[in-house]
Amino acid sequence: MDQSLAQPSHKPQWQMGALLVVITAAWLAAYNLIQPLADWISYSALNLARGSHLGDAIAFFLYDVPKILLLLSGMIFLISILRTFFSPERTRALLGGKRQGIGNVLASLLGIVTPFCSCSAVPLFIGFVESGIPLGVTFSFLIAAPTINEVAIVMLFGLFGWKVAGLYIVSGLIIAIIAGMVIGRLNLERFVEDFVWKMQASGGVEGEKLAWSDRIQRAWESVKEIVGKVWLYVVVGIAVGAGIHGFVPESALAGIMGKQAWWSVPAAVLLGVPLYSNAAGVIPIVSALMEKGASLGTVLAFMMSVVGLSLPETIILRRVLKPQLIAVFVGTVALAIIITGYMFNFVL
Amino acid sequence: MNVKILGSGCSACQSMYNDVTRLITRHDWKIDLEYVQDIERIMSYGVMSTPVLVIDEKVVMVGHRGSSKIEQVLRDAFSVQVS
Repeated sequence: MDQSLAQPSHKPQWQMGALLVVITAAWLAAYNLIQPLADWISYSALNLARGSHLGDAIAFFLYDVPKILLLLSGMIFLISILRTFFSPERTRALLGGKRQGIGNVLASLLGIVTPFCSCSAVPLFIGFVESGIPLGVTFSFLIAAPTINEVAIVMLFGLFGWKVAGLYIVSGLIIAIIAGMVIGRLNLERFVEDFVWKMQASGGVEGEKLAWSDRIQRAWESVKEIVGKVWLYVVVGIAVGAGIHGFVPESALAGIMGKQAWWSVPAAVLLGVPLYSNAAGVIPIVSALMEKGASLGTVLAFMMSVVGLSLPETIILRRVLKPQLIAVFVGTVALAIIITGYMFNFVL
Repeated sequence: MNVKILGSGCSACQSMYNDVTRLITRHDWKIDLEYVQDIERIMSYGVMSTPVLVIDEKVVMVGHRGSSKIEQVLRDAFSVQVS
């Protein structure tokens, strides 16, 4: 059965390469066409006036939806190719024998590139701790992996530009490193459910050997899966964002979501926790809010809490962690996010 | 043939389970199917992510890779058994 793990490639390499070139060219052409097309539909075909509320809202919507969907497919394809070079098993091997500190940094970085879904949090947690990786280092990974979310990166890049996307990645890393180090220092091993320590590490699955055509095929599969899952949120989110863009007056939100409102950062974090699955829909709304005076720190804190502190993942982790450790985990991450939010509001 | 799906009840695990049951009814395959959700049993296969497809106690697929991949893997397993 081993040959079925390393899927044999069905198409010859050159055919796959040619297909990739054609798709890339089509992608680039489409990406350059959407702006003039959106303008033409809204201002010529629909005959709406430039600068009118409705005209601007529709042009914004018609431009942003295809742009974000194109960006999502393209970048998730590239990220997925990169991820085929990593696996939880490989990450565990890389983290083995690393101490606190350096281990936390490495675990957070690997959290970005290792394929991870929150439903695998429990087997991954057990796999890490039973192989002797310190609790704090394991948490750095478990915080970074969902917080630095590929859909969020692409959408921030598409709607805010590379600087904000970069800030998001860097602050996600810092939160994961610091929260993991704090949890490691607190010596909370006794709050891990007892059965976890009794489990015996079993041999594990041997690594897969993948050809390039397999990697491309897998990346294509995950593009279909992820874009298929989030496209509706993207469309609805951008529609609401476009409405705000066209109709809400400038700086209307400066009072409640601006830098002066000190309570807006913790409020944004609290609001973000139950909104897990809507990360894709939240970002366009948030981008429109920012345009109207909400500050970057508040907005980033909200985003981080939406993607990083998810209720479903916490419930899943309850199977291996006692309530005290869950509380410390959520508390530390929430605090780290709040501090990061204030930092951005203060510095920028 | 004995087929197990290891999953912690997430959506990807559920859709792998649905794919396999659909394939079994469509092709009328003689397969004992079991959906394993107990975390200690899942860990005994040495995996760190779910869902996992296990055929005759061997891990053959980690992660949901689509219905056609699952069908291919199951067919391969059948042909090995027949020959």
